[in-house]
Amino acid sequence: MNPEHGSSEALVRGDNVRKTYRMGAEDIHALDGVSFKIARGEFLSIMGPSGSGKSTLMNLLGALDRPSAGRLEIDNAPIGDMTPDQLAALRNRTIGFVFQQFNLLARTSALENVKLPMLYAHKRPSDLNKAAQEVLDLVGLGDRLDHHPAQLSGGQQQRVAIARALVNRPQILLADEPTGALDTQTSEEIMQLFTNLNQSGVTVIIVTHEQEIADWTNRVMRLRDGKIVTDERLKERLHVVS
Amino acid sequence: MSFLDAIIAALKSLRQNMLRSILTTLGIMIGIASVIVMSSINAGAQQKVEEQIASLGSTMLSVSPGASRRGGRSSGANSAPQLSERNLDAIKQAVPNVVDAIGEVRVSTTAVAGGADWPTTITGVHAGFPVVRNWPVATGRFFSEQEVSSGRRYAVVGETIVKEVFEGTNPIGGQLRIGNVPFEVIGVLAAKGQNQFGRDEDDLIVAPASAVRARLAGRDATVPDQLDSIRVLFADNTDLVRAESDLMDIMRTQRRIRPGQADNFRVFNIAEFIRARNETAQTFGVLLAATAAISLLVGGIGIMNIMLVSVTERTREIGLRLAIGARKNDILIQFLVEAVTLCLIGGIIGLGLGLASTTVVAKVAGWDVLINANLVLIAILASAAVGVFFGFFPARRAAKLNPIDALRYE
Ligand SMILES: Nc1ncnc2c1ncn2[C@@H]1O[C@H](COP(=O)(O)OP(=O)(O)OP(=O)(O)O)[C@@H](O)[C@H]1O
Ligand SMILES: [Mg+2]
Repeated sequence: MNPEHGSSEALVRGDNVRKTYRMGAEDIHALDGVSFKIARGEFLSIMGPSGSGKSTLMNLLGALDRPSAGRLEIDNAPIGDMTPDQLAALRNRTIGFVFQQFNLLARTSALENVKLPMLYAHKRPSDLNKAAQEVLDLVGLGDRLDHHPAQLSGGQQQRVAIARALVNRPQILLADEPTGALDTQTSEEIMQLFTNLNQSGVTVIIVTHEQEIADWTNRVMRLRDGKIVTDERLKERLHVVS
Repeated sequence: MSFLDAIIAALKSLRQNMLRSILTTLGIMIGIASVIVMSSINAGAQQKVEEQIASLGSTMLSVSPGASRRGGRSSGANSAPQLSERNLDAIKQAVPNVVDAIGEVRVSTTAVAGGADWPTTITGVHAGFPVVRNWPVATGRFFSEQEVSSGRRYAVVGETIVKEVFEGTNPIGGQLRIGNVPFEVIGVLAAKGQNQFGRDEDDLIVAPASAVRARLAGRDATVPDQLDSIRVLFADNTDLVRAESDLMDIMRTQRRIRPGQADNFRVFNIAEFIRARNETAQTFGVLLAATAAISLLVGGIGIMNIMLVSVTERTREIGLRLAIGARKNDILIQFLVEAVTLCLIGGIIGLGLGLASTTVVAKVAGWDVLINANLVLIAILASAAVGVFFGFFPARRAAKLNPIDALRYE
């Protein structure tokens, strides 16, 4: 199959993607030639044991890094050929990234945190507050605009981080263990939020260790030693969207 | 990210480390303050010097009898023969570019008018005095060359004489007795105030050289038309080095000094003399300039250090910013703006300190301090330049970070 002429719906296309780290004399194949397609609108989870290459793959999908070999296209753009500034623009407009540790700016209000990606998108200043407020409403934090991260619970902080990832209306939302620092109850609320976002058309990709979390998604990709071992689409959703 | 956003972000992050920010800018503060003090004092001293030179005539040379300082035996000022009217005429005729020249004969005396008497100096001069000394008459008139030749006992007085001897009344037409010789006051010289060494310039009487010599001087009969000194005014833009040597040639001929023989007169370049005497002020300025440069250097290194600390502390923040779409340049500018803002804050405080201490120094040391509006600009530009220069390295280090490594940084 020629990846150039593959399914036109594929938002992400990986062809024999490799990531090799050199540690002293030996090479670590964090990703050892993975090929996959992710269509628009999918809700995908990536699982696998520690060190299997999940975060490495997410970093590539998030255009934070370039593959050592192989070809990776995001929204038809081959990220291996892009300059750092082009990658930055892709991260800014097409991709939203949510981290396990939230990574909010300390001593900065929720609203200001959410506005940050828009500043780098050179949006008109008059639009910023309104747009930020809208996404904070969307994640259910419309009444916490002026709170600083220290004044928010873990779940609320992760919602702010999700709002920040969404504010530039990305096509893909990536989350590397988004619930890793949260309790079960809060994790479910966050997964509900991802489900709602996915249903509104955003492609959502999450990394998780927990089967309960993966059960929210409709496709599970399993990695081991830098290779995809299984990639299954679930016909039936285990959780009914409320 | 717009420039304004960058400045707002910089101010926020500086406020989060308020104490550290202020301590960091101390070097810049002191540096800028010394720049301000230095340039104000220098400008003040410079202006004073130039004013004085202008008031004496910046293209004026003066000739006095005495041993040359250059080479030969020192024969002492008194043993040298006096200058004469003939020397003066020769200078006027033979030296190129001469606008005018006057002779001076000085006698210490007591001036009396009405009941008041006042110890002062009377100086016999020629009609060119107002031009050569650049000293106009304020009221009345000066005497003409003809009146000098005919030895009229006219006097033109300084402001202090008016005050002390005439008690502030209009002296023109009044009589002044000098060593029992009556002089008629025909003019008052423009006030000059104190000179740089604190001597009252306005405490003088000028009269035709002939009258002063005939009535009051009467000493040293070897030269009947003696002059204590000659002052020669050259045209503007005259090469004074050249003029000085022309003048010396004429004087040597006049005084029949053979080649190889030492001069028995001296030529002074008064402007140079005053500039040289003011080198102490310049030394002070150089000292302050060195202080300023060192403070700015140390301050700049402090800024660089704190910015490096800040970049390290905020590695994760940088990673996050990169992850959400900041370009390398956005990061570079963010940290550069932060460094410049830090320096500008220091610079502005330093400007305030500098202006305040300048005023204090002016009061205490009796300096004439000039505060120039350009200084504000200089202070701002200098501190911004320090910020850019010393902020660049840390900012570039931040911009070079790789997003993944930065995000993973503990
Ligand atoms: N910057 C790096 N330098 C060297 N080796 C690296 C680097 N990043 C990852 N690796 C290696 O690549 C492999 C995959 O790492 P990765 O972080 O993708 O694992 P993971 O699946 O996310 O694990 P976890 O579930 O523990 O987060 C590991 O063996 C790791 O040691
Ligand atoms: Mg991981």
